[in-house]
Amino acid sequence: MSKNTVSDRFRKVDVDEYDENKFVDEEEGGENQIGPDEAEVDSLIRQGNMMGALQAVLKNPPINTKNQNVKDRAEGLVLKVLSSFKSSDIEKAVQSLDKNAVDLLMKYIYKGFERPSENSSAVLLQWHEKALAAGGVGSIVRVLTARKTV
Amino acid sequence: MAYHSFLLEPISCHAWNKDRTQIALCPNNHDVHIYKKEGSGWTKIHVLKEHNGQVTGIDWAPESNRIVTCGTDRNAYVWSLKGDVWKPTLVILRINRAARCVKWSPKENKFAVGSGSRLISVCYFEQENDWWVCKHIKKPIRSTILCLDWHPNNVLLAAGSCDFKCRIFSAYIKEVEEKPAPTPWGSKMPFGEVMFESSGTAGWVHGVCFSDSGNRVAWASHDSTVAVAEGGKSATITSLTSETLPLLCVTFITENSLVAAGHDCYPALFVYNGDKGALTFGGKLDVPKQSAQKGMTARERFQNLDKKASESKEAVLESLHKNSISQITILEGGKAKCTKFCTTGMDGGMVVWDVKTLESAMKDLKII
Repeated sequence: MSKNTVSDRFRKVDVDEYDENKFVDEEEGGENQIGPDEAEVDSLIRQGNMMGALQAVLKNPPINTKNQNVKDRAEGLVLKVLSSFKSSDIEKAVQSLDKNAVDLLMKYIYKGFERPSENSSAVLLQWHEKALAAGGVGSIVRVLTARKTV
Repeated sequence: MAYHSFLLEPISCHAWNKDRTQIALCPNNHDVHIYKKEGSGWTKIHVLKEHNGQVTGIDWAPESNRIVTCGTDRNAYVWSLKGDVWKPTLVILRINRAARCVKWSPKENKFAVGSGSRLISVCYFEQENDWWVCKHIKKPIRSTILCLDWHPNNVLLAAGSCDFKCRIFSAYIKEVEEKPAPTPWGSKMPFGEVMFESSGTAGWVHGVCFSDSGNRVAWASHDSTVAVAEGGKSATITSLTSETLPLLCVTFITENSLVAAGHDCYPALFVYNGDKGALTFGGKLDVPKQSAQKGMTARERFQNLDKKASESKEAVLESLHKNSISQITILEGGKAKCTKFCTTGMDGGMVVWDVKTLESAMKDLKII
């Protein structure tokens, strides 16, 4: 209709940033969380110790850090471990994890779904099915409600 | 376990009178309907029309026979029975968002309202002005208060909030009561003091409940966890992550056992072991009717394939409630030795559960 001749830069302002009642998560200081140890995980994969590699890659999750690189690196590492499993071994591997580890695995799986590469979705879906059997829908609910994502 | 379907709409909230012959409920609109038990059925005897928004909380004081209701119209009304009519009295809550939940205190001289204004209004009756007055608890609440429960000492109030925390506040009003005795949650209790704040669970806190002694508080949060905290020098928190959908309401039925229900449409039992500090899942409390499993004829199989693209009879929800359970109330026995409790849900139905029958129906169920 009529053309707006006055500046519309105000439309790009994020008003939520200036809301004084905005909810800010408590900072729990995770500056030293570096993610799973890459060297350790790689050596375990080379040795063929898949269960060990899974346990190792699920240690030190970079939950509290704001450094996106650390998170990406961790996710890439987890994906590498998950892809190197044989389909028949997945169920046994999931059974060996405790409740918190299953929840963490679910978090990584959904993180992996966010950025699919050629083969990742198929592998992740297999893992998802087994993790769901172990953790129930509750583990998925915890992925959805987690404030601190992996 | 009788299932009574009141409506086709969700029951927003309900409350029972003292002798459990009448139930007040909100049929998902602006009114409160009061039903009376007649024989095996229920007849509507009163309709309370005053709210301009959905009624989100109802509580019926057993001794003084007053009903307090709160709604999304930012108001609360205290109803008193005059003869055969319920007469409302407006309570100014001074909130600018919807009220979400309301509870009478054990001595029925105060009630607390949780709201979306990120504060709790504690209301008491001022004799000189003949008027209900309210005081606000604001700090450190950062989001909507979803649920409330009073401690038996009439002073402490547990509140579950959307800022992922369950807190215990002191709601001590010096105009209506004496200074309270020390409790495991603390000894200094000025109004608005935070006696306990939870940590460790994420997710909105949907339901909160004190145990009968008041030494324990349990809450259910949206990340599918149930947690129990025990008061003491340092309050200990024990939580259990469950494999089910989130639970919406929780109540103690003995000092050690909790019943919680939610989006999975069946109540579940949880057992808390104080000495070991462990919370365990005790079992599903639903008794599904054993439908006769007849073999399917070939004709039925093809019909199913045609209609539903699968051969088996698709899983019909086997629980008594057909939709999420939103509220649990204790009917008999109190929180110490509950023998009957009632659930209402989004399917418009109400079920009265008998603890003895459940115990005998499920072999491994142990309510300690």
